Amino acid sequence: MTAPGPREGSVTAGPGEGSVTVAGPLPVRPYDVTVVGAGVVGAALARELARHPRLRVALVEAQDDVGQGTSKANTAILHTGFDAVPGSLEARLVREGHRLLSAYAAESGIPVEPVGALLVAWDEDQLAALPGLADKARRNAHDGVRPLDAAELYAREPHLGPGALGALHVPGESVICPWTTPLAYATQAVRHGVDLHLGCRVESVTGGTGGGHQVLGTTRGPLHTRWLVNAAGLHADTLDRMRGHEDFTVTPRRGQLLVFDTFARDLVRHILLPVPTALGKGVLVAPTVHGNVLLGPTAEDLDDRTATGTTAEGLAGLREKGRRVLPALLEEEVTAVYAGLRAATEHDDYRITAHPGQAYVTVGGIRSTGLTASLAIAAHVRDLLADSGLALGPARDLEPVHMPRLGRTTPRPCRVPERVAADPEYGVVVCPCEQVSRGEIRDALATTVPPRSLDGLRRRTRARAGRCQGDTCGAAVRELFEQARR
Amino acid sequence: MSAREVDVLVVGAGPAGLVAAARLAALGAGRVEVLDGDQGAGGAPRYGAHRGYGTWPRVVTGPAYARRLVAVAQRAGAVVRTGVTALDWAGPLALETAGPLGVETVSARAVVLATGARERPRAARLVPGTRPAGVYTTGELQRAVHQFGQHIGTRAVIVGAGGTAPAGEATGPEDATCAQTATGAEDAVAAAYAEHAAVTTVRASGASVVALVTGLSRARTGRAPVADLRPWRGVPLLTGATVTELLGQGRLSGVRVRHRDGGTAVLPCDTVVFTGAFVPDHTLARRGGLTLATGVRCPAVDAALRTSRPGVFATGALVRPTASAPAAARAGARAAHAVLAHLRDTC
Ligand SMILES: Cc1cc2nc3c(=O)[nH]c(=O)nc-3n(C[C@H](O)[C@H](O)[C@H](O)COP(=O)(O)OP(=O)(O)OC[C@H]3O[C@@H](n4cnc5c(N)ncnc54)[C@H](O)[C@@H]3O)c2cc1C
Ligand SMILES: Cc1cc2nc3c(=O)[nH]c(=O)nc-3n(C[C@H](O)[C@H](O)[C@H](O)COP(=O)(O)OP(=O)(O)OC[C@H]3O[C@@H](n4cnc5c(N)ncnc54)[C@H](O)[C@@H]3O)c2cc1C
Repeated sequence: MTAPGPREGSVTAGPGEGSVTVAGPLPVRPYDVTVVGAGVVGAALARELARHPRLRVALVEAQDDVGQGTSKANTAILHTGFDAVPGSLEARLVREGHRLLSAYAAESGIPVEPVGALLVAWDEDQLAALPGLADKARRNAHDGVRPLDAAELYAREPHLGPGALGALHVPGESVICPWTTPLAYATQAVRHGVDLHLGCRVESVTGGTGGGHQVLGTTRGPLHTRWLVNAAGLHADTLDRMRGHEDFTVTPRRGQLLVFDTFARDLVRHILLPVPTALGKGVLVAPTVHGNVLLGPTAEDLDDRTATGTTAEGLAGLREKGRRVLPALLEEEVTAVYAGLRAATEHDDYRITAHPGQAYVTVGGIRSTGLTASLAIAAHVRDLLADSGLALGPARDLEPVHMPRLGRTTPRPCRVPERVAADPEYGVVVCPCEQVSRGEIRDALATTVPPRSLDGLRRRTRARAGRCQGDTCGAAVRELFEQARR
Repeated sequence: MSAREVDVLVVGAGPAGLVAAARLAALGAGRVEVLDGDQGAGGAPRYGAHRGYGTWPRVVTGPAYARRLVAVAQRAGAVVRTGVTALDWAGPLALETAGPLGVETVSARAVVLATGARERPRAARLVPGTRPAGVYTTGELQRAVHQFGQHIGTRAVIVGAGGTAPAGEATGPEDATCAQTATGAEDAVAAAYAEHAAVTTVRASGASVVALVTGLSRARTGRAPVADLRPWRGVPLLTGATVTELLGQGRLSGVRVRHRDGGTAVLPCDTVVFTGAFVPDHTLARRGGLTLATGVRCPAVDAALRTSRPGVFATGALVRPTASAPAAARAGARAAHAVLAHLRDTC
């Protein structure tokens, strides 16, 4: 069992620490670099730039929390990149990102489970496609991929529905916590001097010619910066046009998902992938680090960049597919239905482009692998900035962050006698489904980047994320949240 | 971790657990302990401010009913511990518990599970749409309003019996086909209790009820054996309808409803309350690997409320999610006699 530690994730603002603001005017002094968009990509970049203490860096986000866009609503897989287009930028950054994020997660307490994936063939055509996929994996420098016959497959996944003919085993495919990841980046960035401005939507960009500053017109007033990085996700093309570029158009591709109760977790051991078709990667069944099981996503091209709602047809279609893959899954309770929007473009690869003359870099089209690739994208963009003329100055190692361990493989503080003995608040269980204590909620409310909504608190603690969805604890959790804000 | 032993450990201090503990202590079962994760004892009735608890004509409010049961249990000599949650099993007849005083393993000669039932929340009912704030079950709503005096919103839609697509169509488990199969009449009464509690609680909070949406062709609000039906005055009923989508970014802005005749409409509101559709809180029962009944998966029990594991009993709303509070209390008494027989046989 883990020894009693310092309160997880909480600090007092120290020297050299950046500020986190949600309202009021922005600092007048120009920043060296401003990153627009605090999704997993923008937050990773802000953290990367924080390694260079001479740079004054701002991370600017329209919403009231980090990771509230596409980064909060995905399938939470740390991909190996075995199925990427060989030779593409995405293939390289996913492969590197997998390695970098695996190490970073271990250092920071981000839950990861290296469960591996099985590409399951349900008919002869799919079976015939497996050798080609294995070959593609080798071209992506993934050598561990191995075919399984039906008997081996059912031995590994006894609850799989009948009729599977064989599979490809892809070791290394892992599951990760999608909420802790951007939060860890942003926390570490702020602790090393980056200013995080929330509730700050960028609506115009002017200036920047002839060596002058760029001026961002935001919902909180003007912000001056020498360099600008566009990590605006679904809105990256809009921001790009403000700088006069017509390189790509984002077409949101919605993915709806169902989350099943933790009692379903024993039904599945690997990430179960369908054999990809021309239409996309298809619907998967995946365990989560929190002990749930995901079923999804759909793939629907839309026009509306805010259409994160689920639909009756979408959910019914997923259930039908899920019933074939893992029939017993459908008997379990659903604890959440949600949808995320992939920032798809007309191009087949990421759209990461430096415009040195404008002191501007676009990080667009980070469609369906951005969580995995985030740290590698950040390193790549840092190099682009340096190549374009930004003087980074000396680099330092960052103090590690220690995030609350929300994975199912770590016992919650209420189960660790030493933690409860040292601080009885860890023994007061507020959310019984997820075994979240009042002490953890208190800690989360006092972190470097505190939650500003009950959903933000849930992403940091798991409170209200269980099978009762707040029937038992919702009112009490809300009370603690509102008390802390009074 | 400290370890303790008692004769009987009761998990859940609702009507069923309290009455079981009271009987056992009174009949000399030895050290009887009942624990509850909540900060006070009494179970779900603690939050039912309406006068709907007890047996006619002695119908009282939930808190009054709960206080009476707690007093009886304590007078009989049972130890009632609140703020202590049973997290998991530590042996066939031992549980790991957490509370501010520490993590403990409590072993017993018999364990009674009386963890109750709750209403199925929005996600489990597979209601599509956005994920806005302002979405409640009656249970959560009652706590928000009566325990904390929270502001919940101004205009609420209440989703009553059959107000979401039938569970079997939308999701796997069907309602209420547990071992102790409930009668249709009991189902209806339970649904009516919950609707009634939702209406009174919304009104007590100062919000207005936009509509009660029910899949039934005729509302059966009159069936709830409660003392006071005045809160129902002026509640618009939308019968033969189901809620098909939640709308709004950030905060709920409305619900889409579909009428049986195929027509749809949007009801503007900032709050929606999902009532009824009771499911057992079977977390401990499942974690312990007890045999479950089909349907909503209550622990399977025999006539003496024995589960599949010798020495472990289950009672109250856990085995019959639509039970009323007095019915749960009676089941608690029944469990006590079965436990006594077990203690005699095993000593
Ligand atoms: C269904 C689905 C499944 C996925 N599964 C996986 C997976 O398993 N593994 C994986 O690695 N990836 C997966 N992805 C992809 C991954 O989620 C994304 O690539 C990643 O989250 C993109 O991060 P981002 O920071 O670029 O975008 P976002 O998270 O969208 O962040 C952009 C931010 O910019 C802000 N913003 C936009 N415009 C402005 C403005 N004008 N001013 C200020 N702020 C602005 C937004 O509010 C937002 O917070 C999946 C995606 C989807 C939709
Ligand atoms: C909205 C609503 C309105 C109702 N209105 C009425 C009414 O008007 N009249 C009526 O007669 N009945 C009514 N009922 C039904 C009545 O409340 C129940 O029948 C009764 O409470 C069931 O009693 P019980 O002891 O089985 O379970 P509960 O009362 O639910 O008690 C279970 C207890 O177990 C505790 N518990 C669960 N798991 C653990 C754990 N792991 N560790 C520690 N403690 C745990 C819980 O905190 C809870 O206190 C209503 C129910 C609801 C939800």
